[in-house]
Amino acid sequence: MKGSKRLWYWLIGTNVILFGIIAYSAIAPGALTKTILLPGETSHGHYQIEMRCDVCHTEGNGIREDACLDCHAEELRLAKDTHPSSKFNDPSNADLLNVLDATNCLTCHREHVQEQTLVMGLTMPADYCYHCHQETLETRPSHADFAFDSCATAGCHNYHDNTALYENFLNKHAGEDDFLAEMVGLARSSPSPPTASQLTQIAADAPESLSGDAAILDDWASTAHAAAGVNCSGCHATEVLNESANQTTNHEADSASDEFRWSRTVSLDTCGQCHERERDTFLLGHHGMRLAQDLPAMTPAEARIPMHVDAAHRQLDCNACHSGHRFDTTYASVEACLGCHNDDHSNAFTQTSHYDVWQQELAGESPVGSGVTCATCHLPRVEDDDGNVWVQHNQNANLRPNEKMIREVCMNCHGLAFSIDALADQDLIQNCFATSPSQHIESVDLAKARFDEKQRKREARLKKK
Amino acid sequence: MKFQTKASLSLLGLLCLLAATTTGCGGNTTATASATPSPPAETGIPYQKFADAVHAVMMADRTVYASKVVTRLKKQDAPVTPSEYWEDEEHTIPLPAQMFRMGSELVFENPEAGFTYALKSKWPLNEQNRPKSDFEIQALDYLVEHPDENFYGEEELGGEKYFVAAYADKAVAEACWSCHNDHGNREDNYPEFVKDDVMGGVIVRVPMQ
Repeated sequence: MKGSKRLWYWLIGTNVILFGIIAYSAIAPGALTKTILLPGETSHGHYQIEMRCDVCHTEGNGIREDACLDCHAEELRLAKDTHPSSKFNDPSNADLLNVLDATNCLTCHREHVQEQTLVMGLTMPADYCYHCHQETLETRPSHADFAFDSCATAGCHNYHDNTALYENFLNKHAGEDDFLAEMVGLARSSPSPPTASQLTQIAADAPESLSGDAAILDDWASTAHAAAGVNCSGCHATEVLNESANQTTNHEADSASDEFRWSRTVSLDTCGQCHERERDTFLLGHHGMRLAQDLPAMTPAEARIPMHVDAAHRQLDCNACHSGHRFDTTYASVEACLGCHNDDHSNAFTQTSHYDVWQQELAGESPVGSGVTCATCHLPRVEDDDGNVWVQHNQNANLRPNEKMIREVCMNCHGLAFSIDALADQDLIQNCFATSPSQHIESVDLAKARFDEKQRKREARLKKK
Repeated sequence: MKFQTKASLSLLGLLCLLAATTTGCGGNTTATASATPSPPAETGIPYQKFADAVHAVMMADRTVYASKVVTRLKKQDAPVTPSEYWEDEEHTIPLPAQMFRMGSELVFENPEAGFTYALKSKWPLNEQNRPKSDFEIQALDYLVEHPDENFYGEEELGGEKYFVAAYADKAVAEACWSCHNDHGNREDNYPEFVKDDVMGGVIVRVPMQ
């Protein structure tokens, strides 16, 4: 009798636990239950959005055809991809594709296999160049002693982006000084607003109940927003689409009309109405990629690299670095970054000559734009095909791989060979380029030697003729 | 409404009559218009005829680019010049061979195109343009020996069967062979090309149904 009672208790207990788990799964945030379904640890590039399985997967757990290119197509275009999949659509490549299917991103970049993931999300042995470029050992005597796993890891070549590493470019920039005589910087190209549209504090159109804060008004009036005629309502008055929306948002509205409501917070999309490219690129990087997938904003607490504990719960949106109403780009250039990032590279910045010239600029001892900040390298000003200058807000864009930084950033002040050496030096990356490169990458020398040899042969041929 | 229907029927009838007389369908005796003609049977274009046709178009475009654009700019000493590194150098345009290759890459990208083509050579300036399959090697050898003929055949690649046509790519403009003869990438055993030499071959592949 005692035994059957114990059995009953055991059965009831098991059922309670089982139903408890099911009930918890039903009401718990998706993230917690989906985590159980992850087949393996997600890579550094994608872990932030791993709870949005549907971004990459079909319902049947297959891979969406455009999953990779939806986010990465534009950067491949800008990189003038050396190995676009279309290059391999020539049927005569069939035998090579049997060995290495270069038409499929997943051949080299598998996900959820962290134990075999190398830098750049590479999930195959690093000597992959061997499969198609074996002839190099014969056609380039200078390469005879190089190992195939060093092609893309020694600072000489990349699979996709070789815009700063291809032969003609290397040869053209051979012999450059480590420090260029003249710094080339892209100046901010804010359109100069007509004087008529410039706003002053008197013109501020915030509701009376909110317009008493002199500090806010002063901050706003001193910014490019006021100079360009962007009034308070330009950012805070959001259109109400219908009556029900108006009702549901009344609790956060200080003043509402039939068509607009006043919002204390300013959304990413509101900023993006004028700063479109900044918004779009922010959403592509590690700072904004969660917002791009309709997930809660990234916080330093969720980062895989060291962050300051006191910054753990900051939400990464526009305001995280550009707090209103001053939108101080000086703060956003260094202090905003160092307020969260707590790794060796970031912490070493203030001991570098880059930081020194930034301090000189702030002190008015050197020209505007001559300082080097975190943003100079990681959120650089770039020029589009029409000559417009804008700020790249995807801080990962020129780090995949870091040689992308050479033309965009380093060569504004440094020679090509020096830049290649610096970016290939892991110790230098750790100390934030506080010292000179300790190693030399031969690529510029090899390209120069090859072009010189070509020229000698050409002259010899002409002599024979 | 009635008028519209009548007009439509008349137009349809006229079109059918035109189709019948121009294609020869229906003979030459009693070509009567019908409101509901049966659609003509699709017989398809023979692989060789299709390959010859697309090759004619691509060569016409290339010739126009080489002679009417590139050569013209050179003759005028224009500030815009053809350059191998056109993507990274200001005031430059692609070389004719690059223009041709870019076109072929666009066709590679287009799954609706129904064929592919590529420019290959036994003496490539870019190693990746060397013939790869046995058929390509055989075809280019044949074209060098028989400059005025084409080379046709079938080939199986990656489990798919293709009709393949190879056409000689000859030195037609002085700019072509002088640039190749003087190029830094040429091997020591590179031929000194002169006018009308076969420098390579255009390979057209059509998947066989």
